[in-house]
Amino acid sequence: MSRSVSAGVTTTAGSAGELAARSPARRDDPGLAIVAEGLVKRFGKVTALDGVDLHVPYGSVLALLGPNGSGKTTTIRILTTLLVPDAGRAVVAGIDAVKAPARVRPLIGMAGQYAAIDPKLTGRENLIMVGRLAMLTRSAARQRADHLLTQFHLQDVADRFSRTYSGGIRRRLDLAAALVHRPKLLFFDEPTTGLDPGSRRDLWAVMEQLVAGGATILLTTQYLDEADRLADQVVVLDHGKIIAQGTPAQLKAGLGSSVVDLSFPDETIAARAVHALAGANRPAQRGDHVEIPVTGNTESAMSILRTLQAHDLSPTSFAMREPSLDDVFLELTGHHTTEATDHQEVAKR
Amino acid sequence: MSVAIGVPTPRAVALTNAATITWRNLMGFVRVPQSIFFASLQPTMFVLIFNYVFGGAISRSLPPGVGYLDYLMPGVFVMTLAFGTILTAIGLAEDLNTGIIERFRTLPMARSAVLSGRTGADLCRSLYVLGWLTALGYALGFRVHQGLLGFLAATLLTLTFTFALSWVLCLVGLLAPSGESANLMSFPILFPLAFVSSGLLPISTMPGWLQVFAAHQPVTYTVNAVRALILGGPAATAVIGSLAWSAGILVVFAPLAIWRYRRAAFG
Repeated sequence: MSRSVSAGVTTTAGSAGELAARSPARRDDPGLAIVAEGLVKRFGKVTALDGVDLHVPYGSVLALLGPNGSGKTTTIRILTTLLVPDAGRAVVAGIDAVKAPARVRPLIGMAGQYAAIDPKLTGRENLIMVGRLAMLTRSAARQRADHLLTQFHLQDVADRFSRTYSGGIRRRLDLAAALVHRPKLLFFDEPTTGLDPGSRRDLWAVMEQLVAGGATILLTTQYLDEADRLADQVVVLDHGKIIAQGTPAQLKAGLGSSVVDLSFPDETIAARAVHALAGANRPAQRGDHVEIPVTGNTESAMSILRTLQAHDLSPTSFAMREPSLDDVFLELTGHHTTEATDHQEVAKR
Repeated sequence: MSVAIGVPTPRAVALTNAATITWRNLMGFVRVPQSIFFASLQPTMFVLIFNYVFGGAISRSLPPGVGYLDYLMPGVFVMTLAFGTILTAIGLAEDLNTGIIERFRTLPMARSAVLSGRTGADLCRSLYVLGWLTALGYALGFRVHQGLLGFLAATLLTLTFTFALSWVLCLVGLLAPSGESANLMSFPILFPLAFVSSGLLPISTMPGWLQVFAAHQPVTYTVNAVRALILGGPAATAVIGSLAWSAGILVVFAPLAIWRYRRAAFG
């Protein structure tokens, strides 16, 4: 995208027209719901964001993909007026989120990783409260709550205290609460992190419903399959920088459709397996594990096993799984997700 | 209300938002039966314990013709309401630890509402506790000597002071890392204010150095004013003193609490 030139480049270009374009009143493409340019945010000595550019057209879904600490949440907090960046521009629905946060808030809805609902109120009361806070009349707030409870299939639990809700239902109510004031743009910060598989699928269905309705969504996630399922565009963040962006298909192109995960009795044997398989595949070793991205399914798995047999190597276990965020990182950076990997592993146990 | 039509003024938004948050906080109070029970139990114990345990000993240091229960009730009014503001600190600290404040911050609502809704709910709860205490006092023999008007003026003065004080506790809640520590942090503020005062007994019985503090702190002024308005006697100095303290506390602590809240908002 031509607008994503860095500030430094634009300054040196220096024609009169471009200078005018850089003045505060400059107009962004009106088809863009979100424009972020050169966002920088530091917390003490830690640089959480190091020059992030984003361009999100109306009616599209952008996923920020990255491990913990990669800058996803910082980005979303800047765009939702919760945080002021140290440098860069954040324009949401045509309005500068840094200079005029109060004018941005009516246009955005936010649902976070930690469901922002009041446990002492019922689900219905939570929605009515948000409606009243957004200055709907009493009856309008009640109608809006009814509508959303139906839309999100929450009628059965609507009059129970929300502290009794399961994690999945709480997140669903949280999404509903983000929609009460009919925002033009939605921000979801890790909407399914920590949920069981059933609740995740359930929440995906809810978000897909919104996407089908033409909503503009920016979501953050640690899950490749989530980004793949929901997003038109994926931006991969690592240590506050964008390391890749494209459609989910482009991102997964280098990954193959599955990953064969083999384990061996020890690292030496695993290294020998890597050596044996290196000819036809791109195996990666991880301790006594060897991971090989494959495109065909059974056929390629069979050929891997045949190769191993020919070298007299037998894995102690064999598994096939979908590519994960970690595989994307390995492909893009040559290293595994740092730090976050540990969190994820811990979370899985 | 025709708020859906046209753009409401910022003042209308702030008031409606504050009312909504007040409602939300009161729901949290009313819905938990224990909180109503304990909100009533503590002042009941204050009245019973002080009246029956200390009453006999203290009545000798009272002005002639004043029974200890009549002397005690104005003190318990003010002390109980002052202690009640702890719930502001705890509630706010707990809110900050859940995601709910995040939601409020991203909504197009008045920034002041989270805090004014807290202190507003406090005010409503105080009103309930005052009603309960008055009924309890009457059952035990407490009587208002200066008529309804004096009693209403005393109520208003107590609520004004409690409202001001709850902004101090707002700040405590915003500084506390959790609801529990908000509770602990509140006690060093409220305990000396409540007990080193004329609430339970005349300050003339205290050591001289303590009298200096006791005589000039807001709880004493407010208790003395309430006592004079209910029982009779010169009220002007105490009323002015109490109002001046309330105004002073509001002027200093309301902006501090709002500042702290905003700062938290922009991490």
